[in-house]
Amino acid sequence: MRLRTKRLLRPVAVVLALLVLEIHFSPQAWAGPQESSQTRESSLRAFSAVASVLTSPRCMNCHVPGDSPLQGDDSHPHAMNVKRGSDGKGSPALHCFACHQAENTAILHGPPGAADWQLPPAKTPMAWKGLSAAEVCRALKDPDKNGHRTLQDLVPHMETSLVRWAWNPGPGRTSPPLSHEEFVSRLREWIDTGAACPEQGTTK
Amino acid sequence: METLTVNGKSIQLEIDPQTPLLWALREQLGLTGTKFGCGMALCGACTVHVDGNAVRSCVMPVRAATGKQITTIEGLSPDSSHPVQRAWLQVQVPQCGYCQCGQMMSAAALLAVNPNPSDAEIDDAMAGNICRCGTYARVRKAIRVAAELGRAQK
Repeated sequence: MRLRTKRLLRPVAVVLALLVLEIHFSPQAWAGPQESSQTRESSLRAFSAVASVLTSPRCMNCHVPGDSPLQGDDSHPHAMNVKRGSDGKGSPALHCFACHQAENTAILHGPPGAADWQLPPAKTPMAWKGLSAAEVCRALKDPDKNGHRTLQDLVPHMETSLVRWAWNPGPGRTSPPLSHEEFVSRLREWIDTGAACPEQGTTK
Repeated sequence: METLTVNGKSIQLEIDPQTPLLWALREQLGLTGTKFGCGMALCGACTVHVDGNAVRSCVMPVRAATGKQITTIEGLSPDSSHPVQRAWLQVQVPQCGYCQCGQMMSAAALLAVNPNPSDAEIDDAMAGNICRCGTYARVRKAIRVAAELGRAQK
């Protein structure tokens, strides 16, 4: 009986062994992990570039937890204790557009401006302030934290006049470290390479 | 030539469209109730309504105000009967008075969307209107009175 079972199982064992050898030695199997590792490295490098923009004061000053925006390159609390409001557009009688027009004022320290000046709404504050790069990355991918966007939806957001304002911030404010064109290009690259996130507690 | 609608009247002005609305109102139309304070949207003395919303006229270019309904303190009511104006008199809010037109325009904009604001909501709405005389307590009291007057009027 035992001998018969052995005879019956032998072909199965041979097939399994061949399958293991095929997977182990096939060119695709060898290229897979290597390629995947290279792709992840590329994705992480792209994210690092993207994060350098997301964490600049031009983005971070409004991507804040709590009720109030920050301002200036030193990210100090916004003057006059202005509030986010439920829709991110300020309080009744003190909406963002009460002072922030569709374009910058030319006056030094005057209010900057762009169309639809606002913070993220209270329900999805998209707050990066205080997060590590790894946490920003995960928040960016999480629809509950990114304004219910897919990864592809992030690209048009970065093309809005409000985001583009960061590269034309008016007198007395620095722009993010990359050009807008390079920023969007690195964002696309990050998404196209799998949107890898750094491990928690690392900078990569 | 720019066309503005101010206090219900359509007016044509020979003016650089980048000129702040404040100067069109004060210098060209003689509506001097709206005050120049800081010129940088930091004090609220120049507050007017644009399509019903409080806006700092010192930083709004005339070009951005065309085609919109602009209301100044002179147009808040034809006979000073707006609940905010009556409450301001009743509570005797002003001291020097310079900021008060801006305060009243912000208060009216608040009550138009929130007829019964809490103290916290009043503080949030009025935080951008600065008063160097420190009449804040009377401003808040007058807004509560205006809210009552407004409800009684309906």
